[in-house]
Amino acid sequence: MLRKFGMAALTAAAALHAAPAIAADMPKKGGTLVMITSQDPRHFNPAVQSGIATMGPGAHIFASLVRADAKWNIKPYLATSWTTSADGKSVTFKLRKNAKFSDGKPITSADVKFSIEIQKANHPFKTSLGAVTGVEAPDAHTVVVRLKHPHPALLLAMSTSIVPIIPKHVYGDGQNPKTHPRNSKNVVSSGAYILKEYKRGRHILLERNPNYFLKGRPYMDRIVYRIIRDSSSQVIAMERGEGNLAPYMAEVASIVRLKKSDKLVVTDQGYAGIGPVTWLAFNTKEGPTADVRVRRAIAYAIDRKFITEQLHRGVSTAATGPIVPGSPFYTKEVETYELDLKKAEALLDEAGHKKKADGTRLELTIDYIPFGPDVQQRIAEYARSALKKIGIKITVRNSPDFPTWARRISTWQFQMTMDLPFNWGDPVIGVHRSYLCNNVKKVIWSNTQQYCNREVDKILEAAGKETDQAKRRALYVKFQQILARDLPVYWIAVLPFHTAYDKNLGNPPLTIWGVISSMDDIYWKKQPK
Amino acid sequence: MRLPAVIAKRLVYALVLLFAVLVLNFTLIHLAPGDVAETIAGEAGGASPEMLAQIRKDYGLDLPFLEQLYRYIEKVVQGDFGYSFYFDRPVTSVIFENVWPTLLLVVSSLLIAILFGTFLGVFAARRPNGLLSQAITVLALLGYALPVFWTGIMLVILFASFIPLFPTSGMDAGPLGASGFGYVWEVLHHLTLPVVTLSTIYLAFYSRLSRASMMDVLGADYIRTARAKGLGERVVVFKHALRNAVLPVVTFAGLQFGALFSGAVLVEAVFSWPGLGTLAFDSILRRDTPTLLGILFFSALIVIVANLLTDLAYRLVDPRIKSAARA
Repeated sequence: MLRKFGMAALTAAAALHAAPAIAADMPKKGGTLVMITSQDPRHFNPAVQSGIATMGPGAHIFASLVRADAKWNIKPYLATSWTTSADGKSVTFKLRKNAKFSDGKPITSADVKFSIEIQKANHPFKTSLGAVTGVEAPDAHTVVVRLKHPHPALLLAMSTSIVPIIPKHVYGDGQNPKTHPRNSKNVVSSGAYILKEYKRGRHILLERNPNYFLKGRPYMDRIVYRIIRDSSSQVIAMERGEGNLAPYMAEVASIVRLKKSDKLVVTDQGYAGIGPVTWLAFNTKEGPTADVRVRRAIAYAIDRKFITEQLHRGVSTAATGPIVPGSPFYTKEVETYELDLKKAEALLDEAGHKKKADGTRLELTIDYIPFGPDVQQRIAEYARSALKKIGIKITVRNSPDFPTWARRISTWQFQMTMDLPFNWGDPVIGVHRSYLCNNVKKVIWSNTQQYCNREVDKILEAAGKETDQAKRRALYVKFQQILARDLPVYWIAVLPFHTAYDKNLGNPPLTIWGVISSMDDIYWKKQPK
Repeated sequence: MRLPAVIAKRLVYALVLLFAVLVLNFTLIHLAPGDVAETIAGEAGGASPEMLAQIRKDYGLDLPFLEQLYRYIEKVVQGDFGYSFYFDRPVTSVIFENVWPTLLLVVSSLLIAILFGTFLGVFAARRPNGLLSQAITVLALLGYALPVFWTGIMLVILFASFIPLFPTSGMDAGPLGASGFGYVWEVLHHLTLPVVTLSTIYLAFYSRLSRASMMDVLGADYIRTARAKGLGERVVVFKHALRNAVLPVVTFAGLQFGALFSGAVLVEAVFSWPGLGTLAFDSILRRDTPTLLGILFFSALIVIVANLLTDLAYRLVDPRIKSAARA
């Protein structure tokens, strides 16, 4: 096992070392990048639609104000500089003066103001711009964002297609932006690529935007997304070189197999931003799991190491708390519930679940999302056998499809469920929602655990407004420690998302947002045949 | 019965059937838990309660069931199949985009299955205990027993990965592919594995059917007569026997057109074939009721037309039917 782990670490290290060497080469212009995906976007306007299917191509088509590197640093993009006022309640952005949309019209502060307002009114991630009270455009190249209170998540939200800059002269015509016909046809782009063609279920064709405001970029002439739904067909397409880059690979067998290819690099870099995690959520209000001792007993009986090392064959990492290990706010200084069956049984005794004659103590159900079997169904099945050892009889309830599962969980008709909500960059966007008292709602991916702790609420409120990074981190550390104690959720592993890409590609998308970025710097070191 | 009367009767049946297809399926999908609003929220990575309420209001999902059904039927009668909740586009345009690949796949599979199946059956029937006949029987049983998605995946592994002769998936090489005749070649190249997969099961079926039928016919008196007249074996088999033996094959071809559609769902999923099958499957999972009902409606329509054509073909192949109707 150790050896396998070592190998994985070595490959990752090799990939990291390769990056600076590549950067030293002069990027070459030209060529086509073929990406393999299973995701069919509804449309291409990420201002009104979240989710990786739209956000990826959306980030190639629309520029954002800033962008992020692999270490969570914010870099200039459409905005060349930004300053935050002393009270933290307004942020001023200076825009590039030469920037144009693909139709030749200039990108001005009016477009930025419009984009922020449309996003705030329509985007599913309400908290991303929730603190914004107004946007001012004192001149064509200055934008001032006014905030109700300091909002440290602002820049991170603006560093990807969560807040894309869209043309006001197209979407400002009074039509509903969510169903706007130009969301998928004749899209006017502000970013590196133009949408040339979209055939649902078949492919997306993007071409270089000749009016792109960064001169000489993008390096690629074209990006083609090939939509292949079957994961074994995806693997074969990558092996045969029909595809050059495959993001979001989450099937353990596929990852292990592609790692053997000498033509490809396979890495788990590029997913720190979305922060994907798989966890076991408890109903903290109803049934035996309302008792924290039962939840802790379950945590002690489920072995994260077995899941990451055996079930996932070393391609995933353990998650120990509500914030994923890739985040700057992550701490491992929390209760980690190392495997301890004796402790688990003692806790169950204490909670009044004595062993019956047949060896069982209590019965519980686990639901799971019916896709990504390696990170859902198989973990649920492992939990069934693991919990049997401490006398908990588990029934794994399957759902034929996503809406069935979503309805069960969102109406709180569950005892335990596997789930995989993402962190989405700043904790304010993707983490707070699962634990706040006022977000206990009958909606999927709210606080359906119905966990409520006023102290946690206070910490999160303070952390959401704290502009001092060190103080903010201290608050989140405390938050993670309390959560690991209260255990409304038993966090299991970071999804084994991997990207496989051709060895001859320079500047592969390995920043925190991975392929949800402009992709204007990726290039062919050596063109494929 | 006269031909116009037959067609008129068929049309009345068809209308009743189509109505039942719509009402039944609308009810069934309504019984399934969850709705399209949850799917959209799921793909978006989360949404607020207000947003879900808005989606439900926009699409009339908050109305009582019977009112939703009434509104839908009312629209269909006027020729409007509604708006896809998921794609935000008229259902007809979504379906139109996907119907041709499926027709191409299904029709070519059916033709190949009938042609080769019958041919193999005839061969097997001539020497029922010969080695070739036994081999065909074994192959037929295998083809009939294997799950179609498994055959598909095995073919991909064998002929796309191990011996890379064919592409793994899709219908063409995408936007970078050829045009004109090159494109036709490209589509045929992509079509090969899916068609082999889908036709295997029916090929097995038709070879069994035509073998049995052929053996029956070959024992008939008129065949002995033909042989006694001194006709060549080829003429006896292909002219006298086959024309009689082929009748059940034609019957089943019409009946099975519908079944082929359901097989196409799995084949399309394995090969990422951009057809109605995948669209129907996804629409169920997404609770995109208008799209699903639209697909079912058009599939039913296609099957009805196919059955009607079978009837006509039957009259063509077997003149006795026409004369029996006249008497």
